[in-house]
Amino acid sequence: MMFNSSRWRTTLEAISLPIAALLFSLVLFGIFCALAGANPFAVYASIYKAAFGNWRSFQNTLIRAAPLMLTALCTALPARLGLIIIGNEGALVVGGIGAVAAGLALQGAPPTLVQIGMALAGLICGGLWIGAVGALRHYRGVNETISSLLLNYIAIALLNHLVSGPMKDPTSLNKPSTYPIPDVDMLGKIPGTRVHYGLIYGLIACVIAYFLIQRTTFGFAARTAGGNIRAARIAGLPVGKLTMAICFLAGSCAGLAGMVEVAAVQGRANESLNANYGYSGILVAFIARHNPLAATLVAVLVGGILASGGILQRVHNLPDATVLVFQGLVFLVVMYSESLYGRLPIFKERSQVSGSPATATV
Amino acid sequence: MATEALGWLGVPLAIAAGTMRGGTPFLFVSLGECLTEKSGKINLGLEGTLLMGAMTAYAVSYLTGSPWLGVIAAGLSGMVLGFIHAWLTQQPRVNDVAVGIAMIIFGSGLAFFLGKPFIQPKAPPLPTLDLGGWSTLPALQSALKISPLFLLGAALAPLMMWFFKSTRWGLFIRAVGDSPDAARAMGVSIKKVRMLCIIGGSFLAGIGGASLSLYYPGIWSERISSGQGLMAVALVIFAHWQPMQCLYASLLFGGAQSLGPALQSVGITQGYYLFNAAPYVLTLLIMIITCSPKRTVSGAPGALGASN
Repeated sequence: MMFNSSRWRTTLEAISLPIAALLFSLVLFGIFCALAGANPFAVYASIYKAAFGNWRSFQNTLIRAAPLMLTALCTALPARLGLIIIGNEGALVVGGIGAVAAGLALQGAPPTLVQIGMALAGLICGGLWIGAVGALRHYRGVNETISSLLLNYIAIALLNHLVSGPMKDPTSLNKPSTYPIPDVDMLGKIPGTRVHYGLIYGLIACVIAYFLIQRTTFGFAARTAGGNIRAARIAGLPVGKLTMAICFLAGSCAGLAGMVEVAAVQGRANESLNANYGYSGILVAFIARHNPLAATLVAVLVGGILASGGILQRVHNLPDATVLVFQGLVFLVVMYSESLYGRLPIFKERSQVSGSPATATV
Repeated sequence: MATEALGWLGVPLAIAAGTMRGGTPFLFVSLGECLTEKSGKINLGLEGTLLMGAMTAYAVSYLTGSPWLGVIAAGLSGMVLGFIHAWLTQQPRVNDVAVGIAMIIFGSGLAFFLGKPFIQPKAPPLPTLDLGGWSTLPALQSALKISPLFLLGAALAPLMMWFFKSTRWGLFIRAVGDSPDAARAMGVSIKKVRMLCIIGGSFLAGIGGASLSLYYPGIWSERISSGQGLMAVALVIFAHWQPMQCLYASLLFGGAQSLGPALQSVGITQGYYLFNAAPYVLTLLIMIITCSPKRTVSGAPGALGASN
């Protein structure tokens, strides 16, 4: 369990190292801003204000956190199997296309039915997209990182092709788009807020993912195969089926993010769908160390960073890429912090004596 | 349009021209990745390095008026990013691929941040060698405008092959990449060799970026790279880690990339975006064909991607 008293130092390490990494990257970002001619403390204040300052801005952050929770699972779930999948952006785009197609095809049906149809289409399209990556990995040994990345570009080309040709609404001139989804079929807002139901989808998906990985035999099998694939094969685990099932689930989460973006924010599919939620989702997964529950909190933090892009541009005259630099810095520092686990004396378990099973693995 | 006078003949001509124009960034990045991977490390972050190189080259060329100075500056900026990657990936339990993703975000963010003021102005491009002066066809003339950067890259490929095969340093690099234990027994510092290879590879990737912004398409914008840095990683696998094959593969990829624009120039706009996806589909198909779950691809450095 999380609060096992004899392992509290390890738990403390798992919590404090990512926080320390975030704080340190905040310092580095401040230095960067100072070099760019902006007052770092004013920048911090602006980010805080734009992300968490008041209820209104916090709602903006939550709207951005919703797709991030879902896209983060696209990297976090396969990571438990030892796969690094970064096709989040592509799966999101494909899920969005599927959702729009379903929404338009079901037009006229009761709104709840249309919404279920759109969600299913997003789940299935995204799932098949990343499921294919898993199949290529298993049957052909194709590196999953590279194939999933290539699929991002292919998905974006597909989106551009569809919205400028077969699915184009002739009235959308300067920004080719599909026909809009009727307002009645759009996902509603959580009562009393401006935040759409996508946030609930994200939270539920993360909780399900956590239980699936940590509390079921399926999750145990996946973690075993991720730890040592040869041992898993000897134990008779169906590694291929596990790979494809996990990849399908991962892709369907990102596909659902595409559905949420289409059915709750954009109302139609166009190039705005490709808004880098996929790439930021990778960052969320890595900061959360692929733990789905932690991903919900990290998604809110990263959503806050994304929400502050506008204010940095307006108030501090910093280019919109500032947010990207910040994310890159956080990512690099978090990667460095990986090397510190087990190396800092304060987090060393004192109760563990030599001869414990943990030391026998090497 | 000049190509219209040639009709359908314009398509193969435009693709042939594209192989050299579009192939140049692939060539430099893949040679850089080849050097990096020969030492046993993967650098997925070369996409960020490429963008940083493109921005630096354009900015320096604009500010100093000398495109060649821009090329050198692009290489140096690549080396800085390469140093960060090399240092991070040599920490214990840090995954090369994950750091590569981080470097893509960081490098592209930095390039867009610093490159913002240079999107509008026009920087002096690299001069080209006009080998088509004998022809009266303007399409042929423009197709035969060959960049010295392409020639440089094409000369670098056999040079690198000779370097790996016949020099002492080449042997060290191969030893570090294939069997670090043997290299250690030879008294070679694995850390130092990998550090130098990653930095050297990033230098080449930076120059690849310079060929984007100073040769073809010869502009700086945030959409200048269409994933060449990432495709180069797949290209190196396809080329079986051999520099000469990197050259051929780069030409193939450059040609695939010019398919969409070439067809557009003769009036085929249907499916323009799909043709633009040709290089990615090609890369994926090549990987599906060349990879196998049973064995590693022949020519792969033995210790590639292994943890420290």
